[in-house]
Amino acid sequence: MKTIEEIQAAIEAAVPGGEVTIVMNPSPAAQHSLLVGAGKAVAVAKFLRDDAELALDFCSNVTGVDWLDREIAEKVKVTKTVTKTVDGVEQQVEETVEETVKRAVPGYLECVYHLYSVAKKHGPVVIRMRTANRSDMVELPSLTPIWRGAEFQEREVFDLYGIVFTGHPDLRRILMWDEFKDHPMRKDYVLPDDFEYEPTPHDDVLKRAEAHRADVAQEGAAQ
Amino acid sequence: MAIDQELKIEMGKQGVVVTTLQELYNWGRKSSVWPMQFGLACCAIEMIATTMARYDLARFGAEVFRPSPRQADLMIISGTVTKKMAPQVVRLYNQMGEPRYVIAMGACAISGGPFKQGYNVLKGIDRYIPVDVHIPGCPPRPEALLQAFITLQNKIQAQPLTGPNRPRHLDAEAQGEFPVPVQGEHDLEPTSNPGVWTVPVVIR
Amino acid sequence: MSSWTLQQSTNEHLAGWNRPQVIKPEGDGEVLEVSMGPHHPSTHGVFRMDVKLDGEKVIGLKPVFGYLHRNHEQLGEKLSYLAIMPYTDRLDYFCSLSNNWGYAMAVEKLAGLEVPERADHLRVILAELTRFQNHASWIGFLAQEMGASGTPLMYAFREREKILDLFEELTGSRMMCNYMRFGGCRVDPTAEWLSETRKVVQGLHKFVDEFENLLTGNEILMSRTQGVGVLSHDLAVNASVSGPMARASGVNYDIRKVDHYGIYDRFNFRVPLGEHGDIYDRYMVRVLEIRESLSILEQALKSVPGGPILDPKAKSRGIRPKAGEAYGRIEAPKGELGFYLISDGAGSPYRYRIRPPSFINLTVLEDMCLGHNVADAILILGSVDIVLGEVDR
Repeated sequence: MKTIEEIQAAIEAAVPGGEVTIVMNPSPAAQHSLLVGAGKAVAVAKFLRDDAELALDFCSNVTGVDWLDREIAEKVKVTKTVTKTVDGVEQQVEETVEETVKRAVPGYLECVYHLYSVAKKHGPVVIRMRTANRSDMVELPSLTPIWRGAEFQEREVFDLYGIVFTGHPDLRRILMWDEFKDHPMRKDYVLPDDFEYEPTPHDDVLKRAEAHRADVAQEGAAQ
Repeated sequence: MAIDQELKIEMGKQGVVVTTLQELYNWGRKSSVWPMQFGLACCAIEMIATTMARYDLARFGAEVFRPSPRQADLMIISGTVTKKMAPQVVRLYNQMGEPRYVIAMGACAISGGPFKQGYNVLKGIDRYIPVDVHIPGCPPRPEALLQAFITLQNKIQAQPLTGPNRPRHLDAEAQGEFPVPVQGEHDLEPTSNPGVWTVPVVIR
Repeated sequence: MSSWTLQQSTNEHLAGWNRPQVIKPEGDGEVLEVSMGPHHPSTHGVFRMDVKLDGEKVIGLKPVFGYLHRNHEQLGEKLSYLAIMPYTDRLDYFCSLSNNWGYAMAVEKLAGLEVPERADHLRVILAELTRFQNHASWIGFLAQEMGASGTPLMYAFREREKILDLFEELTGSRMMCNYMRFGGCRVDPTAEWLSETRKVVQGLHKFVDEFENLLTGNEILMSRTQGVGVLSHDLAVNASVSGPMARASGVNYDIRKVDHYGIYDRFNFRVPLGEHGDIYDRYMVRVLEIRESLSILEQALKSVPGGPILDPKAKSRGIRPKAGEAYGRIEAPKGELGFYLISDGAGSPYRYRIRPPSFINLTVLEDMCLGHNVADAILILGSVDIVLGEVDR
């Protein structure tokens, strides 16, 4: 099978402006992946499926991943002009100081596809797409028209992560009931308050059980 | 109505069978408990194994699994009850005719078991419907289910036909319908039926 | 409960999409909508199908999932790597040992662990025994759905109990074995266990012959299953159908042969393929597969090497793989079972995803059922071989 760099080059030749970048995987598994821009993702997927050499006709696994907003603390060397008194005379001196700069990295939702080839019996080729943020711009193109096997899995990702797949033929909740409002697999999802009876609580459960008991006591006092 | 046990045995030796109506009635009831054919999760496989030749549930008069709740006496909650499934379980229980019994089979049916902290898992079916026998285990072995059957049979045998503890089908004022929880925006509403379940007090 | 109304999805803009065909009702055009399940005696648990009927004919079918959604993936993100292992038992509760292997393989890929010879042999033996009892029970359930109330299922469960006794002796539990560890297995079997297994495997040949005598040429089985629920080769591939389902449609894809995982390379076995893609082919593929399983078992049991059963580098408790990700997959009895793990260097995975074979195989349920009678829809659902613990997770 082609290496990940060759696949990237092949995609870029076939789909100009495909915005394909390689995401390295440092673990011993070494399953590197291709980050595909949402704009041309359907065309890229179609190329991967129909290309005679790659022939990735089997979309095995579709997954959502939630990456939270985070802050990166970086040490940056900054050159500043400082006024200093040297030998009794005020002078403008250039000085290099190391400062810690906090940079907010916006979170995003990610959708990962594991592709195999039944015809050529090779794989996996991993492609991933990222949304712009986690709140209002969570749309990604659906790849169900290319691989029918993604139909239910994309619905599941929509249900549990809230990624909206544009062009999906039947995008409804699949595992939770229709009236449900949350996306429970997101990292900031809070469990509903049913911690009335926890005989052996620990860690998070202990905190929630105590909070529940405090709530009940407060309500009792109010009445 | 109590009966002199020694006299009864003595008469039995002479070929005279003496019994009370209550005993006869309950003997008939306990020997033909028809469970509902209703599997939820892993425990259902052990339930099927119990009905097969090796463990042979038929010895207890309970091999007739009825697909319809209207024909069943016993509901075996064999597995995890999820919040999506809980309204249906309560509805099925409501459709069963009295007298009806419930066996909560396995850790999940009792308390949510290993999946207790999941967002879609009900923390025990006894929050919505009354449970007669609990069997621990994950999953309980077929022998444990048989033990639960024997426990239930003993319970039925001991039920008086009159008085406050009489079976519900002989009590005109007994509660027939149990409220079905509604699937809300975040959770089931309400999260438990206070008429059936109150928060147990943990004593350490 | 559901606010969803039955409607065929119409997406003209999705040209070329492999969508189910649209059937218009005949005659007076009266359509009956039936919700089968979640409590239905033949839906293999708490599965629901919203069926649109024109008389007896199915003209629309939507599966509804989630009635056994037990949040495996969310719980997995809170648990340590080792603590997930017993949860994998409860995915496809017929085949706990296959699930163990799939998960162990994903972690081994993530952490770069090796599996010793003896453990590899044990894994093959246990996985094939699991495949045997799964397929045998499946055939029993299929016959039950055709109205053979009990007999084939009783035969299957009689043999299943023999295999479960072996599992129990080795692992301590009948169904929830929790046996594999990262880089090996948990308990070393005794020589008595191995010879007992050999004896059981020898006896299983007779059972398969008996089972086939009972069923394979059976008039009712043939007329109920031949030409029913046909799945084409191309749709099977495009819809990611895997396992015996895909092979019955002629897709020559067996992960044991493709990925060369474990030590399957060393054994001589064939991959049975179907030609028509109907229920009968699915039945036949499974019967032939259990015969191949028996042949693998005999070869593996002939020479179980000595030595350790756990990689000395491996550390089960408190394993913290370096940041990265891995996708490991095996040929489970129901199809391709995959585990996708993302580690951020902590003691529990950042993302723990299960690729459930029977859930994805259900994608084509509507395509297979359209145009058939509603009684056949039940058979077709049965032929997919679903276990709800895995479908909904």
